[in-house]
Amino acid sequence: MYNDYNKMIFEISTEGRKGYSLPALDVEESNLDDLIPSNLLGDGESKLPEVSEFDVVRHYTNLSLLNHGVDKGFYPLGSCTMKYNPKLNEDMARLEGFVNIHPLQPESTVQGALELIYDLDMKLSEIAGFARTTTQPAAGANGEFTGLMLINAYHKKNGEDKKRTKIIVPDSAHGTNPSSAYVAGYEIVEVKSNEDGSVNVDSLKEVIAENEGEIAGLMLTNPSTLGLFEKSISEITKLVHDAGGLNYYDGANMNAIMGKVRPGEMGFDVMHYNLHKTMSTPHGGGGPGAGPVGVREDLVEFLPVPVIEKGEDGYFLDYDRPNTIGRLKGFHGHFGVNVKAYSYISTLGGAGLREASETAVLNANYMMNKLKDKYNLPMDQVCKHEFVLGGIKDTSTGITTLDIAKRILDFGYHPPTVYFPLIVNEALMIEPTESESRETLDAFIDTLNQIADEAISKPEYLKSAPHNTPVGRLNEAKAAKDLILTYPFED
Amino acid sequence: MHRYISSTKKEQEEMLKSIGASSIEDLFSDIPEDLKFKGELQVGEPLSELELRNKLGKLAKKNQSDLVCFLGAGAYDRFIPGVINHMALRQEFFTAYTPYQPEVSQGTLTGIFEFQTMISSLTGMDVTNASLYDGPTATGEAVSMACDQARRDKIVVSATLGEDLIKVIKTNCEVKDIEVIVAPMKDGVTDIEATKELMTKEVAGLVVKSPNFFGIIEDLDELEKVAHSDKKSLFIVNTDPISLGILKKPGDCGADIVVGEGQSLGIPLSYGGPYLGFFSTTKKLVRKIPGRIVGLTEDNDGNRGLVLTLQAREQHIRRYKATSNICSNQGLIMLMATIYMSLMGKEGIKEVANQTVQKAHYAYKKLTEGGKFKPLFPDKPFFQEFALKADVDIKKLNEKLLENGILGGYELGKDYKEYENGVLICVTEKRTKEEIDELARIMEAI
Repeated sequence: MYNDYNKMIFEISTEGRKGYSLPALDVEESNLDDLIPSNLLGDGESKLPEVSEFDVVRHYTNLSLLNHGVDKGFYPLGSCTMKYNPKLNEDMARLEGFVNIHPLQPESTVQGALELIYDLDMKLSEIAGFARTTTQPAAGANGEFTGLMLINAYHKKNGEDKKRTKIIVPDSAHGTNPSSAYVAGYEIVEVKSNEDGSVNVDSLKEVIAENEGEIAGLMLTNPSTLGLFEKSISEITKLVHDAGGLNYYDGANMNAIMGKVRPGEMGFDVMHYNLHKTMSTPHGGGGPGAGPVGVREDLVEFLPVPVIEKGEDGYFLDYDRPNTIGRLKGFHGHFGVNVKAYSYISTLGGAGLREASETAVLNANYMMNKLKDKYNLPMDQVCKHEFVLGGIKDTSTGITTLDIAKRILDFGYHPPTVYFPLIVNEALMIEPTESESRETLDAFIDTLNQIADEAISKPEYLKSAPHNTPVGRLNEAKAAKDLILTYPFED
Repeated sequence: MHRYISSTKKEQEEMLKSIGASSIEDLFSDIPEDLKFKGELQVGEPLSELELRNKLGKLAKKNQSDLVCFLGAGAYDRFIPGVINHMALRQEFFTAYTPYQPEVSQGTLTGIFEFQTMISSLTGMDVTNASLYDGPTATGEAVSMACDQARRDKIVVSATLGEDLIKVIKTNCEVKDIEVIVAPMKDGVTDIEATKELMTKEVAGLVVKSPNFFGIIEDLDELEKVAHSDKKSLFIVNTDPISLGILKKPGDCGADIVVGEGQSLGIPLSYGGPYLGFFSTTKKLVRKIPGRIVGLTEDNDGNRGLVLTLQAREQHIRRYKATSNICSNQGLIMLMATIYMSLMGKEGIKEVANQTVQKAHYAYKKLTEGGKFKPLFPDKPFFQEFALKADVDIKKLNEKLLENGILGGYELGKDYKEYENGVLICVTEKRTKEEIDELARIMEAI
């Protein structure tokens, strides 16, 4: 299984090879500089490789084998919901009728696509308890940005946008929350978390009092980044509403609550989904994701254009929305990703979605209970779809969470998310998802317990882990110092 | 249990027992009773695989996907080699996530590093990030970066970016209190004299697009002088990567940031997404770049390896002070573009660009020779799109074309009152002489 392929496409390039075929030009060919002034033309030189088609196939196949993916093995990366990505959904997104349509085609020629987007909007709105959902945002962070602009638009309509300039973010939040608020032009006010990661209500009250009349809203992840349901959620959302702010729900952890509780019914006004987490669309090595945003009824008027509506003559793209926040990105969102999410929801139905959340929560609790002997469990209470351990209990040999994570790699697993959330020391955030069998969970539990023993019996071996991977532990400081960001060609 | 769940009811009961819970409901006891959702989500009955295939098959058939496409305006119908889809479907690429654990992610990281190298080479820039959502949002990020770098809050954008692209920039700028000043155009290109006057000491940069929305190749050398008339102001160029197979590289024209839509690089039209934004800049500005970037390093045995680097710019480390809020980008789409560029290679990208230019010019000649359609912007150099005008209702023309299985050009009247009878025709390497002749025949007969 050891694979030491270590080539780049430029290193297999040989002058004169080619990996493409095009039909012969069937119109009369003119000199380029007869068509375009020569001062606008380049020299045609580039560092693109010269390789055969088979070179390309073998190279990228070999590269792929250096990766770990969900299909190959367990991937309990907390907060990322690395569940099974159904093959069926890939087939659906590749249907000719979905792939070969231009985003500016007349509406009459894309009724199927529009119907799908509209219906996905309805399904997502139902799942989280909102009036409408825009499927335009490209990813979670883009959804957050959209949601914050919607909050801004709401205050603007009330003539309060200039004074409501602050967004409350708990210190346990995912980094995108404060970052999105900042890029949306807001000032960030941090609210303290309790030890269990929940919002400290007293701190929230203080923050609200200190910033009276200036609060635009609150961003909250629930279940929290510790995998725990926010116990004071009704009180929190009410406090923010009473202060004139809106409540934003970060839906990163929706996989815990489908069919169990709905954000729209807990006092939330805006929320984003991560279709690449909850709705099983693949993560693709870092995207593309999709971050649809759901809103309550009185915020619908602000949604980004175009909104897909159902009219007498069929579905249409509605641009005529005077209070819209405008155009968010090119065209109509990640349609191909939306097809996959739509397929997933349709395949599961209401009962299946609830079953998925229930099983995800069961799997997490099962693992948590079997790991708490040898690992610190800061919050020993029922968790939702994920839980956070605080490193190994016996730290006498100086083994850190990083060492443990690297050793996990040797066993053919992807490690959990490490050192997040920041409020837990030596954090290991584990999210098994509903997809995994009990055997897989048991085997991973055994591995983690074995590693905890190894931390005592052979600490040096852990400190130099991984030993079984295509490359060993990599020097990140050197990368940042050298800053070699493109292939160093010799010439 | 649903087939996507790998445990049985019996196993689940045993697992509950090991936890000490009597039912699944016990695990949700932390949710206040009054908040619990008691009903069943109304999202339709669960469909079997066969039912779903039938349902989506029918929906897909409601779309007309076999039209001969002469429509561009930001999304292009190009030839896509079959290899790309096969490689992108390798689970090791598509079911992995962000390469946070580089030891088991060298495949993804190498793909990104190759992408950074290839796009940098095409644009003539020093560095390129690991992708942004799409061309328009990448342009928005470039504007933010310029304002941050220059510590100014005004930006000048050329009207030839096109209405939709300007709208995306404006949406992104409004909440940041960045003022977007639109520089006028003249005969389909940026009005250089008028732009000069807008470049005050308060402006962070000039954004142009070439080939521009009307398909016309802008004079980047001249625009660079305007952009850099103040030394703090940045020159931002939005471009089409295929066009760089033959056109002068923006980096060679003094661009500080080069962005664009990467959909042309082997990505299907897919009704507008997912596409791919690319973002290149100079070494000097690398620490301001948004999003992920991969750098070369070594492992503890001295073997070459790659890691995500300069992460201190990013949201998961720097939180609200990050250069951008982007987290997930377009990983798999970026990989597809990298495979496209590998397959086409140095010669192929030139050939695609050349065939495109030749066919577009053939179509231009063919469509204007009858005299009914006249160039909207005569004698302007263009790449793959050109604007025509005629005394006909363009909407009706397009309806007529549609009856004949042809997707006509972009109706300029939608965005520009003054070009009400204008149409923007796009011709890529994928169109044949026969298809172009047929287009000409129908247009002439209208």
